[in-house]
Formats: sequence, structure tokens, C-alpha cells
Amino acid sequence: MNINLITNSEVKTIEGEPGNFDVTLVNHPRYIDPVKCTGCGECARHCPVTAVNEYNLGLDDRRAAYIEYPQAVPLAFAIDTDTCVGCGLCEKMCIAKAISYDDEERETEVKVGSVILSSGSQGFDPSDLDYLGYGKYANVVTSEEFERILSASGPYFGHVMRPLDREEPKRIAWLQCVGSRDVNKTGNGYCSSVCCMYAVKEAMIAKEHIHGDLDCVVFNMDMRTFGKDYEKYYNRARYKDGVQFVKARIHTIIEIPETGDLIVKYADETGAMQEEVFSMVVLSVGLKIPDTSVELANRLGIKLNKYNFTATTPFTPVLTNRPGIYTCGVFQGPKDIPGSVTEASAAACLAGSDIAESRGKDIEKIEVPEEIDVMSQDPRIGVFVCNCGINIGGIVDVPDVQEYASKLPYVVFSDSNLFTCSQDTQDKIKEMIVEHKLNRLVVASCSPKTHEPMFMETLEACGINKYLFEMANIRNQNSWIHSNNPDIATQKAKDLVRMAVARSLTLKSLQEKVVPVNKQALVIGGGIAGMNASMGLANQGFNVFLVEKEAELGGFSRKLHHTIEGDDIRAYVEKLIGEVTANEKVQVLRDARIIGFEGFKGSFATEVAVGSQAEKQKIEHGVIIVATGATEYTPKEFLYGEDDRVVTQVQLTDRLEEKGASDLSSVVMIQCVGSRNEENENCSRICCQSAVKNALHIKKFNPDAQVYVLYRDIRTYGMLEDYYTEARKQGVIFIRFEKDTPPSVESSSEGILVTVEDHILKQNLEIRADLLTLSAGMTATDTDELSGIMKLNRSPEGFFIEAHVKLRPVDMPSEGVFLCGTAHGPKLISETISQAQAAASRAITFLAKDAIKLSAITAKVDTDHCVKCLTCVRSCPFGVPVFNEKEKVIEINEAICHGCGVCAGVCPRQAIQLSFYEDDQILSKIDALMEAV
Amino acid sequence: MAEKSGSVMVLGAGIAGMQASLDLANSDYNVYLVDKSPTIGGMMARLDKTFPTNDCAM
Repeated sequence: MNINLITNSEVKTIEGEPGNFDVTLVNHPRYIDPVKCTGCGECARHCPVTAVNEYNLGLDDRRAAYIEYPQAVPLAFAIDTDTCVGCGLCEKMCIAKAISYDDEERETEVKVGSVILSSGSQGFDPSDLDYLGYGKYANVVTSEEFERILSASGPYFGHVMRPLDREEPKRIAWLQCVGSRDVNKTGNGYCSSVCCMYAVKEAMIAKEHIHGDLDCVVFNMDMRTFGKDYEKYYNRARYKDGVQFVKARIHTIIEIPETGDLIVKYADETGAMQEEVFSMVVLSVGLKIPDTSVELANRLGIKLNKYNFTATTPFTPVLTNRPGIYTCGVFQGPKDIPGSVTEASAAACLAGSDIAESRGKDIEKIEVPEEIDVMSQDPRIGVFVCNCGINIGGIVDVPDVQEYASKLPYVVFSDSNLFTCSQDTQDKIKEMIVEHKLNRLVVASCSPKTHEPMFMETLEACGINKYLFEMANIRNQNSWIHSNNPDIATQKAKDLVRMAVARSLTLKSLQEKVVPVNKQALVIGGGIAGMNASMGLANQGFNVFLVEKEAELGGFSRKLHHTIEGDDIRAYVEKLIGEVTANEKVQVLRDARIIGFEGFKGSFATEVAVGSQAEKQKIEHGVIIVATGATEYTPKEFLYGEDDRVVTQVQLTDRLEEKGASDLSSVVMIQCVGSRNEENENCSRICCQSAVKNALHIKKFNPDAQVYVLYRDIRTYGMLEDYYTEARKQGVIFIRFEKDTPPSVESSSEGILVTVEDHILKQNLEIRADLLTLSAGMTATDTDELSGIMKLNRSPEGFFIEAHVKLRPVDMPSEGVFLCGTAHGPKLISETISQAQAAASRAITFLAKDAIKLSAITAKVDTDHCVKCLTCVRSCPFGVPVFNEKEKVIEINEAICHGCGVCAGVCPRQAIQLSFYEDDQILSKIDALMEAV
Repeated sequence: MAEKSGSVMVLGAGIAGMQASLDLANSDYNVYLVDKSPTIGGMMARLDKTFPTNDCAM
């Protein structure tokens, strides 16, 4: 892979200009040569020095010669010279001669075309907040420490214990917003955006680990579960798993010295003082930019905002003030993993466009060794049994399973590993394949869904066909479910391994089809997302067909005016439309509808009806970007549509732009209209900031106007929190209500009368409003027709589904299809722009290739035995099998076959076989299972 | 003007830096992925599991 890892290094200077930067790196000494080091660990085993293990946040020890964790990349040790006593033992023990005590700090020069800053964050250090007792009371830990406590590779091997006495806690409290949303004590006015979700997760996982009784209470000001489907996760924790959520900010924690328990003192919502005792307290610490990143930014002349995140603008979310240098991840602003992954792809898109003409110039192509023909050889099977840390090894008797596997027929080698998926194990597997002339590989570990491709690559690298591989899932389907019964789990692991070995004997070498990639892209939807995606592709030299169903580009953004920061959306959209239409690589098809679709990744063909005459046009393209957008929900509640003094936030913005606010003396806003309810469980993410934006707007034009925001949780995440703080300063009144006691509204000649129960006074308040504004959520654009034609998956709410929530947030499950903007879920314009650039980046990983390999797992028809009953034609969810009228046979195009196996299953004559899952291959497993019965 | 470089430098090898590097590498650019610690992975490598799938963060 053309990624050069340079560890233990920092940037000193970057000189030059986009396309040609000279970077000076400072390479700190590691004292162990990562190239020579095999990661065997002899140095650490013999090292006499004990040092604090920073990886486990000081909860346990390591040696002075150390590696952070067993799966570390690069898999090489390092010496921490702050603690090393220089005894020389490790140098004597190291067989690889990798130790060099005289390693020195060096400087190296590297030439690059662009730079991406992704230096990330660290958890806020709560040591200075006396009232929390962190550092004083052993059982007060940070959320980062608690992650390590939960982890199988952590200090307590995944058993939830408290640090003081290693007792299992009975009650755990999470304290939200430690080092976030706190200008007074910490100066951090921003919301860290991630702590609510990780607290919910930690509480649920702690409950799962402890099995029995564990009370989990999350003390919060607002629960900010604003991400796509996050509200569902929060509700699961609350209503199904019994995690309690209490609205309070803790003011004192006191330890009970005899027990180590902690008294937590707080004022509840009515103002009454409360005390509760917990066995452990977790501080949900916020994200903070480390001093080293601030120094880096200063050295490079990169501007930061007042909280030390990179200074960016809403329309250029990954641009820094220095051309050619881009920012992403938490260094850009507080965000979660999907947000970071998305933004990283966006930065990659722009970093690539600066040097698109030099693509491929600096890389070497890796050659896969020629395949060895092993089908004529006798089977020689290697079995690798994984402990998966303690996930499998803690339940299943892994040595016993390995011993059992070694005696199965044709097994010539077996081994067990702590993590069979780690890079060092791959190298070991490769060595064993060569040494023992293995021609079949069986791994007993986790799910093939996540790990099969990696093991197949390992086989390929040894010249063995990758389909000579079989996996036994002894974790997800065994140790996780039978964790209460280790004996049965061990027996089942043996059964699964025996079945896998039996099937591996029946496997055949399969050849993958290579198809050329059409280097043009189709972008569906011409809003901010679609236009940015198009520009991202065009700027890297690829042709784009941008299909817009309306007569004009711009989408929903045409209805908007300004961002909360005050930037002019309409001016931006006009400029963007100008750029898109002027770009000769982008062909815009307005008033266009998709009417036909066929093909597969790298080679799609889409039929479009364009213009009022519905003129048909066929587009051939290699990738698809879906950017169909969303709209504002049309409320059915609160007299909307019945009384014209009831408007939505978008309508209020229009009114304020047109008429100002001088005639308004009282405005009430109701949050979560059409969101977080039975019909739409999700949070619409942006409505809280819309309310705050408009409330500030009203106050600016008419400071005497009263503005009331009736809310459930205010979710002004990240830097938006500053605007929420400002709104309160300006006198905007925020009143919380519960989901079950929503406000009621009544129309009168005086205005709209809104009644809401005040949660502090526990009394009904009646507020007269000139204007009632509903913070209507976001609903997906109607894409029934489109998703039917293109077979794209959507959630029950109508938003398109990504391939993986965390790690593939802009890829769709069908390969070569990408997703961005509000078609994916509600989001801000800045987030839409970065996701659009990300989709372009992901699409370019396809378009940059001349050809792609297709899976060999496809269905094949035995035309001699087929009776043409058409059951397969009717059953295929992808419409792949067709009846060839001329030849009078059923045909399955292997290039578009998804390999799902439905046709093979339904064929009444068993005339269809799915490669890699042929009938005898599946039956061999059943036979092997029955052997033991 | 000199011919442009075909390489990109990514500073910080957490989940964001790794994703940016993978995208660029798969788009045929050469990548230098720099981290000040001896190991790549950043903060995410310290997490236990991630919601909502409870996949191992490692």
C-alpha cells in the first residue's frame, strides 16, 4: 500500500506552495528499529523497569521497553528513555538486533503537494476541578479511563471493577459536560458533541458486562443524541436497558472513607438538594485540543478559533487559512467518529484536487504473486484458532479446540493466537503457509462479514487462491451467546471447527472477473450536496452528469437565507451554481428524471428523461452519488395550516428577512415538532440551532420582543453552544417540557395562547404569542420511484442507508454507490458540504482505477437440467436472471449477480449452484455436524 | 513552475488521518502518514466498543 508510516515524528516547518511543499520532520528516537523489530516482546519481558502505562491511562503498568497494545501498527516496540535505566538487558535479549541505544533525534525533508492536519484531541483533564474529587478519590474516573476498564485489552481484562478495591460496582454515575459547556470553571464554552452518546454506550455495556444488578445514572443538562438514529439508541438505553437520566449538574462529590463509595450532591429540577451514594463516578470529559497541536498550528501559521479548533467557515469546512493545507476530524471541531471519517474523506478530496495532474506519479504498483495451482495437490489444511483477547478465550478452552483441530483429517498445521486478525499474525500465517505447504486455510474466530477479506488477502499474498478459505465463527455465534456455559461453548467450537475443516476440503479455486471502469460519474440531485460532489469530481479531472429533477439547481437551500454564523447562503448557492454550470467537466441535466437503470460498479448505464419533452438520454458511468436532499416537515400539530400566525422556522426566517421584527412583541417557539415522537423517532439535528438563530435575529432587530423557546433538550452541539449561551444572555427564555406533557395552543384574537407546564414551578404557564414558530423537523425527499428503479435501500424514515454507520458513512451497501447531504440524514450546510466532498473522494477511489475485480461468488445455471420454470427470475431481489428468448435458456450475468443465493435456494431442480456455496459444500458441513450425533 | 508532487502528508494517524490516507492511497496518490506516538490509531484505539453496533473499536 502506498502509505508510508512515519511514527515518533513531528512537523517542524512547511515551506512552499500548494503542489510543492517542502516539509521538515523531526524524527524522535525510538531506540528500537521498527524495520528490524519482529514484535516478539522479549525486550519487554526482560525489562526490569516499571513505568506508567499511558495507553491504559495509568490504570496499570508497562515496561520501559514497550508496545502500546498487541495489535499496534507498526508492530514494533519502543524504549521510553524517561524511565529506562540503561541496563542493557533488552539489547542482549533481542535476536533481531533491533535495539540501538545511540539512536538520535534526526531531521528529514519530504516533498509533498498538499497537507492534511488531523491531529485530533485529548480528553479534558479534570484534575483542577476540586469539587469532583478526581485524583483524590480512586473511584472517580474519567470516561477515557472507563473505556479502558471496559476493554478486554484494558487493565482489568474487561471485568468492570472499581480502581480502589477491584470490587464490582453496584451503582455508577456519569457526570456529563465535564470540561464542556462550562465557561466559568474551564473556559470551554463549546459542547464536545460526543459525550452524551459515549455515556449512554458505556452505561449499556457496563450493564451487559456485570450481568446482574447495576444501576446506571447519567446526570446531564441536555441529552444530545442528535446523530442519525442516535435517538433510537438513547431510547433503548432508557426504556429497555433501564439506564436512568437525571437533569442536574453535580456540585460536590465526597468519598465515604470506610467503603470508598461516593456521595454525589446536586440540586434537582425543583431546586431541592439531593444526595445519592454511588460505588463509582465516571466523569464524561470533553474533547480538547492538546497544547502540542496549538504549537504545531502556530509553527505552520494556521489560524485557530478561540477554543483552539481550526478556524474554518461554514462553506469551506476543511480549508485552513493556508492554501494547500486542510483540516479534519476533531482538530477541525468537536465531532464523533462518522463525522471525523466523513470529514477526513472531504480533506482527502481537496488535497487530491491540488495535485490531480500528478496522480500515480509517486507510487509503485504492487504485484500479487502468480497463483500456484493447488487443486491437483492433496489437501493440506492449516487451522488458526483465535482467542479474540478474552472474547473467545475467556469462555472457550482455546488450547483444547486447537488440539482437537490438529487431529482432524488433512489438518497439517494448527495454532492459536491472541488476535488472529492482527498484522503480526498475518505474517505468521503467511510463514506457516509456505513452511507447511498449506493449500487450505481455516480460521476459527469471528464473523466472515468483517474479517474474511483480510484473511483471503493473506492467502493471495502467498499465491494461493483466496477462495480456499473457510471461517468458523466461534465468537458471535458461540462464545458471546454461551458465555454462561464454557463447557458447551468449547464443545460447540469444536463442532464448528470440524464443520469448517470438512467444508474446506470441498472448496475450489475460483477466478474473479476483471471489468474496466468507466471514468464518468452520475450525481443525483443538484442541491448544495450534489453540486459540491460534482465539483469535487470535476476538480480531479472526472466527467460528471449532474441530474436535477427541478428546472433550477440549488435544492432546498434556495429557501434559506443565512447560517447561524451570519454567512449568506443565497450568495454562496448562486456562486456555486455559477461554478458548476461553467465547469466543462460537469454536464447539468435540469428537469430530469431517472427512468431506467442497469449495470454494476464501474459500469453503470442510466436512462434519463430530460426537459418538458421528456427527451430520453442514456448515460454510461462508473459510479453514482446520491444527493437527493430533504425538506422541512409540514406540521399537522399546533394549529399549523389553520391559523396563519403559526409558522415554521423556515417561514419565520423569510418573514424576518422581509419585515424584520419590530411589530413582534412576543414569539413562542416549540421544538421537536415532527421529531422525537412515535411517527419519527429521530432527532432532526438542526432545529435547535434554527430556533436559536431566529431568536437571536429577533432580539437583534427588536431587543424588547419576548422570545420563548419550549424545548425537550437543547442540542446546540459543537461551536453552536456559543449561540445558545448568547441567546440566554440576550434574554431569550428557554422552558423545558416533557414528551408526555407537550404544550397546548389555542387561537384567540389577542394572539396564539400557548400553555406549558414549567418544570421548575410545576405549574402551567400561559404565554401569549404574536407568532408561534414550530421547529419542524426534516423529512426525506420522496424517492420512492428512484429507489425502486435503482434498488437503493432506505430507512423506515425514508433516508438512504450507508454501508456502515461508523466506518463507511458515505458509502452505500451496493458498491460504487455513494451518499451525501440530507438524503443521508438531517444535517447542517457545513456538514453537507464536507459529506459531499467526502462522497467525491470515495467515488474517486473507484474512478482512479482502470479496472476492478468482481467477486467470484456468483450463481451459475446448469442449462441441461434447467426446466425454465422461471422461479429464479421471479425470486431474484436484483432482477438478474433473464430468459434468453433466442437461445431458450436462463442466463445469469455474473457481473451483476450479488451472490445472495436466493435463486440457488428456490430452484426446484437444484439446477443453480452458487460458487463457494455449492450444495455439496454446504452439505459437507451438515454431514460433519452429524458425525458427532 | 515545477511539476507538482504526487504525494500528500497527513499529520495525525487517528481515525481521521487513517481514513484520509486510505482514500488518497486508493486514489493513486502517495501518502506520508505522520504521528508523534510510536503507534497509529489515536484516540479511537483506546475505545472499547462503538455504538450502535457495539463493534470493537480496535
